[in-house]
Amino acid sequence: MRIESDIILGKVKRLVSDGKADRVFAWKKGNFCYDTEPSLFTDNYVGFTYDDFCAANLCKFMINESKKDGKTLVLIKPCDSKGLALLEKEHRINRERIYALGVPCAGKIDMDKIRENGVKGVIGIEEEKENVSCNGDENLIIKTLYGDKIIPKKSVLYDKCLSCTDKEHVGCDEVFMPELSEDTYDGKKFEGVKKIENMPSDERFSFWRSQLSKCIRCNACRNVCPVCSCVKCIFDNDNSGIASKANSDDFEENLYHIIRAFHVCGRCVDCGECSRVCPEKIPLHLLNRKYIKDIKELYGYEKEPALLTFTKSDAEPSVIYERGEKNV
Amino acid sequence: MYKIAYSEIYNLFDRIKDVITLFLPAKNDGAVSFSKYESGTRYEADALNTVRSAKDFFFPQTQNIAEFKISGKSIEILQNTEETGKFAVFGVRACDEKSFGILDRVFLSEPSDPYYNEKREKAVIITAACNYPEETCFCTAFGIDPSEPRGDVSTWVSEDFLYWKANTEKGEELTNKIADIFERCNDGEIISIKNNIKTAAEKLPFVSLNLDYWRNTGEKEIFASEKWESVYKGCLGCGTCTFVCPTCQCYDVRDFDSGKSVRKFRCWDSCMYSDFTKMAHGNPRKSQKERFRQRFMHKLKYFPENNGGIFSCVGCGRCLKSCPQSLNIIKVARSVAADD
Amino acid sequence: MQINEKDKSNRPNENPVPSDENFTPLIVAFCCNWCSYAGADLAGSGRLSYPAEVKIIRVPCSCRVNPTFILRAFQKGADGVILAGCHPGDCHYSTGNYFTRRRMTLLFSMLDYMGIEKERTRVEWISAAEGAKFASTMNEFAEKINSLGKCRRLGDLRCV
Repeated sequence: MRIESDIILGKVKRLVSDGKADRVFAWKKGNFCYDTEPSLFTDNYVGFTYDDFCAANLCKFMINESKKDGKTLVLIKPCDSKGLALLEKEHRINRERIYALGVPCAGKIDMDKIRENGVKGVIGIEEEKENVSCNGDENLIIKTLYGDKIIPKKSVLYDKCLSCTDKEHVGCDEVFMPELSEDTYDGKKFEGVKKIENMPSDERFSFWRSQLSKCIRCNACRNVCPVCSCVKCIFDNDNSGIASKANSDDFEENLYHIIRAFHVCGRCVDCGECSRVCPEKIPLHLLNRKYIKDIKELYGYEKEPALLTFTKSDAEPSVIYERGEKNV
Repeated sequence: MYKIAYSEIYNLFDRIKDVITLFLPAKNDGAVSFSKYESGTRYEADALNTVRSAKDFFFPQTQNIAEFKISGKSIEILQNTEETGKFAVFGVRACDEKSFGILDRVFLSEPSDPYYNEKREKAVIITAACNYPEETCFCTAFGIDPSEPRGDVSTWVSEDFLYWKANTEKGEELTNKIADIFERCNDGEIISIKNNIKTAAEKLPFVSLNLDYWRNTGEKEIFASEKWESVYKGCLGCGTCTFVCPTCQCYDVRDFDSGKSVRKFRCWDSCMYSDFTKMAHGNPRKSQKERFRQRFMHKLKYFPENNGGIFSCVGCGRCLKSCPQSLNIIKVARSVAADD
Repeated sequence: MQINEKDKSNRPNENPVPSDENFTPLIVAFCCNWCSYAGADLAGSGRLSYPAEVKIIRVPCSCRVNPTFILRAFQKGADGVILAGCHPGDCHYSTGNYFTRRRMTLLFSMLDYMGIEKERTRVEWISAAEGAKFASTMNEFAEKINSLGKCRRLGDLRCV
């Protein structure tokens, strides 16, 4: 089933006219069919859209929006809702000034994956009208300047959608048409982490070395992260002694990425935005997910912030040395 | 003009490599970047743009300047800039090649920048025509013809051949050293390739991008426009657009205390960052809106004002593809100029 | 990547080489003021020897040490970093070392995941009364680091 942008817009308009909110934070159509941008709608809804390309997580914008008077209505996808809940828990947003409208999600499309199929000059993307089956095997017709191409939608979903285990909203004021959400989980959430864990240490080292050496320190992974909400980041603070605008040495690449991942350790909501926004396609979620996996294995839970609590019988750090030979 | 069978292209690279260090677009862990060519490197012919632009060759992300060693009461100053040998870059697109001209205006006008100049002089730029321009390309808006790339050597590719034409002395010199690998041909052979590219370029969505507003409107008026308030909304304040941009040229000079010495280096900076042009009183641009405005004002207004109307954008489309939130120069140029 | 390849491209990617004769490791020991630092004192007054290359940094609690400290020590040339605190349950501030325990477990696991030798980092609980344990732990750790050789995978080449 297709999620219709107009139906969502209708709902939004109703909520605003009912006085639930004064403005709307949502996505706006771009120049192409795929480049939707986060946008604030105050008096009209020109360009409003909600489609398969609205992958950006809007919840972090609420830190600023909720400082304003009046209420902001924000569209929240299932993965975003976890970030919003965390921001609320950590008192980074004034929840009273936000009306969170949960919207259904059937997975978002990654243009880079489409381009990897050798597609150039995309001018339109449509879902194939015929042969639509209900088990999610829809095809996309990619219209380009150089001819059309048909690609199965499942094969071009964002990695973050493929590892999205549930399409349930948390902490929204209202969830609209949740029945339209589709399961996009490929059942392999921790495969990537396991694969690296099973490499010999030298291989792990060279894997991360070659990935992280691509880093250009654009800080997109940090800025987009709903959990990274420090007012002033240690890497922007000249007085910290470790602020660096560029990775002059590979130590700085390691430092930045270890500390970035560590700072969200136990709080990461695994929305996958860090990997989505990386211009160099560094699989940053593999760092965050390693912590998630460790926390699950060592402390047995996923949701609580692991570093803000403890039990007297926690494992000793030496547990790391005792891991099997494969990790040596 | 010369040509070589396209199937022989790796022989060509091997020959060039024997003469001069060669860089070309290759895939590294999923992202295409200019990489040093060694036997076995696979040339990414289909990639129109590398993730980072070719400006890296002349204006690298970090550049060592000097090292200060302190012993007792004396300070020793060491030059720790790396020597660069001669090198060639293959597969530079017309837009990136044009961007060098824009950077030259900044780095080579007096006082000229020795680090930039040194590398610029040692480079042989081998450009490649874009057979299949992408929807994000808008180089034609800045008067660039993707079918006529310049540089020291221009190349075109048909199904069977790679055509090679030297444009400058540096290009001639390289060509002469490897000329035996080519066969001669006349210029007429590439007319149809050029025409195909021109036809494709005419169909691109931004072919009619109109920048008259930016040319004709006063600086202060644009600066004060209310449109900025809405266009920047989605901006994260990351530096992606500035770092992938072939014409962004801002840098910071920083010191690194290694415990034994102080190393002065220069690195890219981004106007999107909170500590950009930070002075004793802080950053003059306090909000993201101001920082965002600075970037586009610089590209579309300040730079042309100071450089005879030349925009500091070449339409490579990298920011259109890389921006995490899909903001980009086209949206800004149009929205700020829009009447409503 | 490019023409001006950064210093980092020179980083050796091979196995850590066994130390040569002249190698003296640099070891940073973060010691809790209330126990391990006093333990080091006791080791000193008890004339128990531990390697001179262990440089002690006194911290108010093992919990004061955040991962940046550990990484910074490596950046500036440490070959091994050890963190010594009160035994779990004995923290001067009641619970500090419990947090340390989780934090360091996860950090060490991450370093290991990135292919950095995990033996270069350690946490030990040493009380003020355990001068002998302090000395033996440091001796043992220094020996381990000596056998691992220079830390090549995490240091900053500019600081060498």
